[in-house]
Amino acid sequence: MFFDSFSDFLAMGGHGFYVWLAYAIAVAIIIYNVVSPLLRKKQFIEQHKRRLKREQRLAERQAAVESGEQS
Amino acid sequence: MANGNEREMSLSRVFWITLRRDLMLAYRRRNDLVSPLMFFLMVATLFPLGVSPDPQFLSEVAAGVVWVAALLATLLSMDSLFRSDFDDGSLEQMLLSPQPLSLLVFAKICAHWMISGLPLTLMAPLLGLMLFLPQEGMSTLVLSLLLGTPTLSLIGAIGAGLTVGLRKGGVLISLLVLPLYIPVLIFGTGAVQAASTGLPVGGYLAILGAILALGMVLAPLAVAAGLRISVSD
Amino acid sequence: MAKSWKMPTWFYRLGSPRWSFEIMGKLLPWFAIGAVVLMVWGAIWGLAFAPADYQQGNSFRIIYIHVPAAILAQSCYLLMAVAGAISLIWKMKVADMVAKSCAPIGATLALLALATGAIWGKPTWGTWWVWDARLTSMLILLFLYIGVYTLHSAIENEITAGKAGAVLSLVGVVNIPIIKYSVEWWNTLHQTSTFTMTERPAMPPEMYLPLLLMVIGFYCFFAVVLMLRTRAEILEREKRSGWVRELVEAS
Repeated sequence: MFFDSFSDFLAMGGHGFYVWLAYAIAVAIIIYNVVSPLLRKKQFIEQHKRRLKREQRLAERQAAVESGEQS
Repeated sequence: MANGNEREMSLSRVFWITLRRDLMLAYRRRNDLVSPLMFFLMVATLFPLGVSPDPQFLSEVAAGVVWVAALLATLLSMDSLFRSDFDDGSLEQMLLSPQPLSLLVFAKICAHWMISGLPLTLMAPLLGLMLFLPQEGMSTLVLSLLLGTPTLSLIGAIGAGLTVGLRKGGVLISLLVLPLYIPVLIFGTGAVQAASTGLPVGGYLAILGAILALGMVLAPLAVAAGLRISVSD
Repeated sequence: MAKSWKMPTWFYRLGSPRWSFEIMGKLLPWFAIGAVVLMVWGAIWGLAFAPADYQQGNSFRIIYIHVPAAILAQSCYLLMAVAGAISLIWKMKVADMVAKSCAPIGATLALLALATGAIWGKPTWGTWWVWDARLTSMLILLFLYIGVYTLHSAIENEITAGKAGAVLSLVGVVNIPIIKYSVEWWNTLHQTSTFTMTERPAMPPEMYLPLLLMVIGFYCFFAVVLMLRTRAEILEREKRSGWVRELVEAS
């Protein structure tokens, strides 16, 4: 360990603000890059599920109408 | 056998015909030619008004101001390079013609330079005078613009080719192309500043020439690829 | 004479979006573990155990994110251009999706390199921004990324957008060395800074080993986010195919 105490570690010899700000921005950008594609995938799956269900219902109704016409 | 004759047409003849056609078209619309020049003049006028009319200060920044203004004026005229040909369908004819597209594109870029870059270069000494550019730098300013503005047209054509089918092409071209203009700007202003302080300028002009040579070889190919992509859509 | 030249089989398999989706799914956890372990290890080592710099003190610890972000932002552009070239030459859908996914990731990494560079500049040079050669080149790289990204989003047809982006990124790759050289030369001419932040004679191993860990960790992180983005892109573009339907219905 380079620092004597934990508060020394946080202070970074007076440069604490700069060092921690830089690392905070890094963490924010890393999280953004990981979370945004995951959210996009989740959103797509939900949307697509609904779309598929709608199409299925539409097909069923169409089939019912057609069989009604035939009888 | 008109078709057979066309195929036998030599490449240099194709080049000259396209060049003449574009120059003729530009001549018919003379008024459009003046606006980039006026823009060039106005941008350069804004600097003394916006910053300071002090001759000492202006002579220091003159090279940069003239170059940045030339760069923006070229960019402004870039959108029209393929626009009218795209609108009236002659661009599609060019894509379908048996002649290599990159050659046609190269001829069009040459014509574009003659009606935008060349007048800018000829007008540059006037701006140099207005901005108190040292007398020693004047000839180098013209020479560097003479070598640099064709490169600007070549690189700008890549952006114009990629955005020709898009409605908001104009602004987009600047976003695509401005970062690519930076080396030309650096060496162009570097040459003028060196000349103003009495240093040799051969190296700068050689690099500008090398960039121009590279651009002449590669840019028409990229423009042709870009046009094929954006027109086929 | 006319011997047909073939790429290895896995290269052609990559052309199948489904196969790529699945193989990326298998690779993802390993790269994720690598990224987390290496980056946490490197950050703790660099922040708490590495010695301070004799000139810059503790602010030098920003190097452990600035340098990896800068290296990666450049590699990402190269990858984007290579993937673009592959998609132009072999008409490979997945390569096009990789190229598209590279642009936003690369832009955020260039932004990170710029932000950390500016923060580092404050205690080192006393100002938030200095026209230092590396920072300036990074800013231009960010502009290039923004150009590719804007072109992508301006063109509605996905296939056209991919091709146009590929041409632009190839033009950019030819230009990057020229830009870098010209900016470095411009910087030496104007002498804005007396010493560069990251170029120093012989770092001791306690300083550069954590840096090495962080660089490898960032590469793993990049692989992870690139695969995440590409997988989302594959799903969206292949939504009409049967396997995506099955996958969506099963979830």
